[in-house]
Amino acid sequence: MNYTATEMMTVAAARAIRNDDVCFVGIGMPSAACNLARLTHAPDVTLIYESGTIGTKPDVLPLSIGDGELCDTAVTTVAVPEMFRYWLQGGRISVGFLGAAQLDKFGNLNTTVVGGDYNNPKVRLPGGGGAPEIATSCGEIFIVMKQSSRGFVDNIDFMTSLGHGKTGTEREALGIKTRGPSRLTTDLCIMETDPDAKEFIVTSIHPGVTREQIAENTGWAIRFADQVVETPAPNDTELGALRALNERTARAHAGK
Amino acid sequence: MTLFVSLKEAIAANVFDGDVVALEGFTHLIPYAAGHEIIRQQRQDLTLIRMTPDLIYDQLIGMGCVKKMIFSWGGNPGVGSLRRFRDAYEKSWPHKLEIEEHSHAAMANAYEAGAAGLPCAVFRGYLGAGLAEVNPNIRFIECPFTGERLASVPSIRPDVTIIHAQKANRKGDVLIEGIVGVQKEAVLAAKRAIVTVEEIVDNFDDVHPNACVLPNWTLKAVVQVPGGAHPSYAKGYYERDNAFYKAWDPIASEREGFQAWMQENVLNQGPEVFASRVAFTQAQK
Repeated sequence: MNYTATEMMTVAAARAIRNDDVCFVGIGMPSAACNLARLTHAPDVTLIYESGTIGTKPDVLPLSIGDGELCDTAVTTVAVPEMFRYWLQGGRISVGFLGAAQLDKFGNLNTTVVGGDYNNPKVRLPGGGGAPEIATSCGEIFIVMKQSSRGFVDNIDFMTSLGHGKTGTEREALGIKTRGPSRLTTDLCIMETDPDAKEFIVTSIHPGVTREQIAENTGWAIRFADQVVETPAPNDTELGALRALNERTARAHAGK
Repeated sequence: MTLFVSLKEAIAANVFDGDVVALEGFTHLIPYAAGHEIIRQQRQDLTLIRMTPDLIYDQLIGMGCVKKMIFSWGGNPGVGSLRRFRDAYEKSWPHKLEIEEHSHAAMANAYEAGAAGLPCAVFRGYLGAGLAEVNPNIRFIECPFTGERLASVPSIRPDVTIIHAQKANRKGDVLIEGIVGVQKEAVLAAKRAIVTVEEIVDNFDDVHPNACVLPNWTLKAVVQVPGGAHPSYAKGYYERDNAFYKAWDPIASEREGFQAWMQENVLNQGPEVFASRVAFTQAQK
């Protein structure tokens, strides 16, 4: 079956979710990946959105973090202060699943401003929302993001949320006990965090993608693991579930 | 004191130039009709607070009502940027906009501290985050018991908070169901609060006991505005109009197109128009 690079990215990102995970889901690509996981190999995964919906099972992907579908299918819905105090800060969430506009090799993320400085940006983005605390309070962080040298940069323009810091040692220095970014899935490959250097290294390359392509689309000197495998192509079950989900979603959001 | 008033009277009596105003709603139950009335009454120099400012704040900013915005995520969810917010912040149109930016955790805690009458909120946050370096209202304190370094932000105490809810009873007690967001905290943190509701019912006898209820004595005004949250939604009454959120992006992208839309759909209208806007999306009641 033919598939697109975006479909490969979504499927590969979904595979990282475990059935017993409690996952704080970002909107957009993370939401697509987490729900695909729930619809395929991880039916019991607990998905949490920052609007307060816990254990939600939406039939279509929400356009916003608070679509009615999320509440209607949730185990419970709590107030936003409770979500951030008891559930996130209380350490009850195993995975935070995030995207970003920019990231660096240590998994530091920027969704605040691009170009210029904070007070005089070239582009003002929506901002961090829940991300600054998701990044430090969830057990570990998975990231999904389309790979390009514009987004995968040596130095992010703003530290919206801490990954492993500017040198890879900041989490420990700040006394943070959680693991931080551990896995990055792109449309070209999968990267995992080197346990010593704390930087992302390529561990799996999607079918048909070359090392040169990966290097060209990365703004830092990318490293490859000693043993790099080929990512299994999406199977019929995964692709079928993803396409059906996307079709239902497009129909629902067109409205009227 | 008259609790039940028209929307026009509620805004005129409770929202003043220079006020600090929170129109809360976490995607759900956003008080759009009340925001439009503020625009019609041409309030100026407002400081707007909200965790997730969306189209109604874009409209208030674009119409020149706003001096400063305090927020934690300012975008059109699932669609992109707030075009009028960016035009004001990046290019000072229609005038310069100040911002104070936080994380969701900080604002949720700050509202809760405001509701609790505390001067500040304390939480485990902003570790290694850039906002702590650019926002002087983010500071760190040491736990007096463990020595842990904790983030602190000032509590939020709006002059007026406005929310939308499903129901009020004849006494003016308010019921909210579904995604409850930070609305209860925002009301209790404020000096004055206005609630617009879909419906006024005789009593809540048929409702389960722990639906989120704000007693009438926490409120200054209760206003019935059917459809008053459109294009946001009211669980049990109508669904989120996702198509409108997408349609807003081209409307707001140019200054002239935006002004023409506001003239036709806000300045030339009243709150009664909201009921017709949700007719097509009305769920079974």
